[in-house]
Amino acid sequence: MAKHWRTFFAASLMFVCAGCTHTQGPAPAVAALKPTGFGSVLIESSGSKQIGPTGMVLAQPLVVQVNDEQGAAVTGALVEFSGPAEVSFDPASGLTDSSGQLSTNVALGGMAARYQLTARTLAKTQKPIDLKIEEIALGYQEQLGFQLDNKYCARCHSSESSAERVSNYDNLAVKPHPFAEGDTLNKMTDAELTSIISHGGPALNKSALMPPYGYTLSKSEIDALIAYIRLISDPPYRASGMVYAKP
Amino acid sequence: MQSSKNSSSLWQTLFGHPIRAFGVVSLLLLILLAVAPAKNHFSEWRHYQNKYLSLIGNRSDAVTLQRHFHDHDGIQQIWLPQLGVVDRCTTCHTGLKEATLADVSAQPFRKHPAIPHTLDQFGCVMCHRGQGPATTVEEAHSSTLAWEQPILPARYVQSSCGQCHRAPLTGTPQLNLGRNLLSRYGCVHCHTIKLPDGTAMKPTDDPPSLEHVADKTTREWIYAWLKDPQAYAVTATMPNFKLSDPDARDISAFLIANSTPIAGDTAPLSKNEKAPDPTAGASLYGESFCASCHAVQNAAGNVVGGDVGPELTRVGNKVKPEWLQAWLHNPRIYDPGTAMPHYRFTDPQLSLLTAFLGNKTDSDLLANVHLDAATPEQIAHGKLLVTDYGCASCHEIGGIKKPDNFAPELTRIGSKPLTQILFLPGMTHAIPDYIAAKIRQPRSFGAALKMPQFTLAPAQIDALTTALLALTDRAQDMPRALTVPAKPPSNYQPAGRAGQLMSDLACFSCHAINGRGGDMAPDLTWEGSSVQRPWLQAFLKNPGTLRPALIRRMPRFNLSDGDAAELADYIMTVYQNPAFDRDSMPNSGYPPAQVEQGKQLFYSKYACQGCHIVDTKTDKGYVGPTLTQVGSRLNAAWIYHWLKDPQAMRSGTIEPNRNMNDEDARALTAFLMTQKGSGKQEAKK
Repeated sequence: MAKHWRTFFAASLMFVCAGCTHTQGPAPAVAALKPTGFGSVLIESSGSKQIGPTGMVLAQPLVVQVNDEQGAAVTGALVEFSGPAEVSFDPASGLTDSSGQLSTNVALGGMAARYQLTARTLAKTQKPIDLKIEEIALGYQEQLGFQLDNKYCARCHSSESSAERVSNYDNLAVKPHPFAEGDTLNKMTDAELTSIISHGGPALNKSALMPPYGYTLSKSEIDALIAYIRLISDPPYRASGMVYAKP
Repeated sequence: MQSSKNSSSLWQTLFGHPIRAFGVVSLLLLILLAVAPAKNHFSEWRHYQNKYLSLIGNRSDAVTLQRHFHDHDGIQQIWLPQLGVVDRCTTCHTGLKEATLADVSAQPFRKHPAIPHTLDQFGCVMCHRGQGPATTVEEAHSSTLAWEQPILPARYVQSSCGQCHRAPLTGTPQLNLGRNLLSRYGCVHCHTIKLPDGTAMKPTDDPPSLEHVADKTTREWIYAWLKDPQAYAVTATMPNFKLSDPDARDISAFLIANSTPIAGDTAPLSKNEKAPDPTAGASLYGESFCASCHAVQNAAGNVVGGDVGPELTRVGNKVKPEWLQAWLHNPRIYDPGTAMPHYRFTDPQLSLLTAFLGNKTDSDLLANVHLDAATPEQIAHGKLLVTDYGCASCHEIGGIKKPDNFAPELTRIGSKPLTQILFLPGMTHAIPDYIAAKIRQPRSFGAALKMPQFTLAPAQIDALTTALLALTDRAQDMPRALTVPAKPPSNYQPAGRAGQLMSDLACFSCHAINGRGGDMAPDLTWEGSSVQRPWLQAFLKNPGTLRPALIRRMPRFNLSDGDAAELADYIMTVYQNPAFDRDSMPNSGYPPAQVEQGKQLFYSKYACQGCHIVDTKTDKGYVGPTLTQVGSRLNAAWIYHWLKDPQAMRSGTIEPNRNMNDEDARALTAFLMTQKGSGKQEAKK
């Protein structure tokens, strides 16, 4: 009889406790890499300042290079990549190859934002050497804006020229503003941008070389374009108006 | 002994006296009764809701946010019976609809990014998967014993769009790419993918028939190609079957032995005393715009050119010169369905081009390939291997039937039960990881597997995984009324002799007409309304440049006068826009005042010179076509209607709709119709 009571009591205790437990997954084990070389400078070789959709692998790998004091490439230096919680690197760390380089595929997080990533290598003195890298992730809306930019705007607004799409920037009597030109575009309100895109340059007393797109693009397309322009702007755009306390 | 004594004394203390026993039992009952409210109070979701309240508490719009929250505290549920959605995700994801939380990155409080669908109409699991009715983090996001489908990683989220949307969407580039790759890399030759509308996904690659392959190439090349297709051409879509040397030897032996000749697919080479001028060959290659479809890898390793036809970097290693010359003469003898146009090259041009392409070789490619004469056993073994590896799924091979369902069907791969999947050690037990690993390295799941190794970039693997993840039970069982079907493919074929000519010239490889064809060159559905007949005929004979900045241009086919006239007649008669009469406005004779007004409008109000050139001395716009001869190229009625609504004349054109009034459109038309060109060739560049 006594046994029964105790079992029942214990069972009910466990039942109460089960409601409060939070299960935690095991931490992934990382195989330790032994560096065979140490550098003093970490430089970015390619793959920074890319623009890609949220959560997806960037089109180009991120390549960094470790050099020594003389500027010669260091083989076998350990480089570790890190970033905000949702950013993933494949591989997250590794040893530099014979040209002193390590390449990683970066998948950005789920939030449309600028992502500050860090590459770190250790000097011989175990002092960490950091390299800051920035990539931009586009959400659905910004991605749509990016595609619209590619189709309608970039021919004039970007001076980048390729065989597939020759830039018209240099041919224009009045130079358009590149979309990343934050110094100019950040001062314009969303309403002003909507107005100049919809009604053309003359709407803001600017050049008629900017044609109106209000009868070609939908309202949501123009919003998408503005969301994209705001995100890629350099220096970054801060919406005026409400000021938030830090959470 | 001791413990039993202890316990019996404890028993005595608690239940020795009836009143004490009653008190203890009551207390126990009270504790048990408190279990349910305590579980509720300490539940995960309440913890997150409290955290949310403290997060919004010190924001400037706290009152609004709190009011929104208190309208919806407690467990939330989105119930959409038609879609089978019961989602309680909004219980913890409290800030999804709050526009002012744009700066919050902490989960689960993030604002949902702007998308074309609303939460209330679609719920969460439609796109993100996971277990909707769950109210704990673990059960909602991970796979549990009772629930296999964990949350979909953000990198594949576009696959969910593909469950309802069959047509390509602007907002889902990754899904569109993945679907293209499924067709372009020929995945669907071996794997059947049935679409919800009952049709099967069709491949868009055109693997060559191997029935006459010995006319075209050598056994040595086939051997080297089989061993490593990408060593011949980095852009080759043929996968690597990781064949052993003897297997590659035997397959090449069989393919050569099995090949039958066809009349006319080789041509005797002309005996030229002097070697052809290499620069003349290069310029003929350039003038014929071969690079619009064919790529060549340059010294820096970059692949330059189009991807309609095969890469030609080492074509001299592959094709026999006498075959190449016959192919260039008329490709339709060897392959009636090829995308390659039938150029009317002259004999000197043929030998020039044959020599030029024949010199595109890589001395290393076949240097180490030495094959002895094939034995009957090798040939028989080769045939066995060809059947085994399912080569006939893609290539036509004489005497071997195309196998049905050679590889597993992928119609519902996105919902494949995890219990049916053999995961590799260390692999995350989830469908996306399985699919991606399988595409990345098929043979890592077993060396004896037949699936070959494809050469794909990480982004391409993600795109393919996304496209495959869209093939779910939900996609198959979705009520038809709720899906957005793709436009059915058009099998439009123009009639008569002109139709034959258009097939012969492979017009559809670049131009689309009535929904069929490529997108490299302008859609010609209404070309007859657009252009004037004399210009069209002259252009067909000798295509000039309308857009100086373009690298891809209409090639010159050396058409005869008769053929050019036949085509021009057909286009002018058949490809007319029913919305207006092309002869409703005169092509000349506009009053000078109106022309002058049009000129003013062109340069000031509408600033057309930003994109177009009328006066080559002053205008520099290289976005749209040059308009110096537009008055002898286009019909006035077409220009007028184009100015009024460009997208109605050609959907997707980037010329903006200016909402132009009638008077302006007429004046601009009058001005443009005076641009008849100088008669001479336009200024170059």
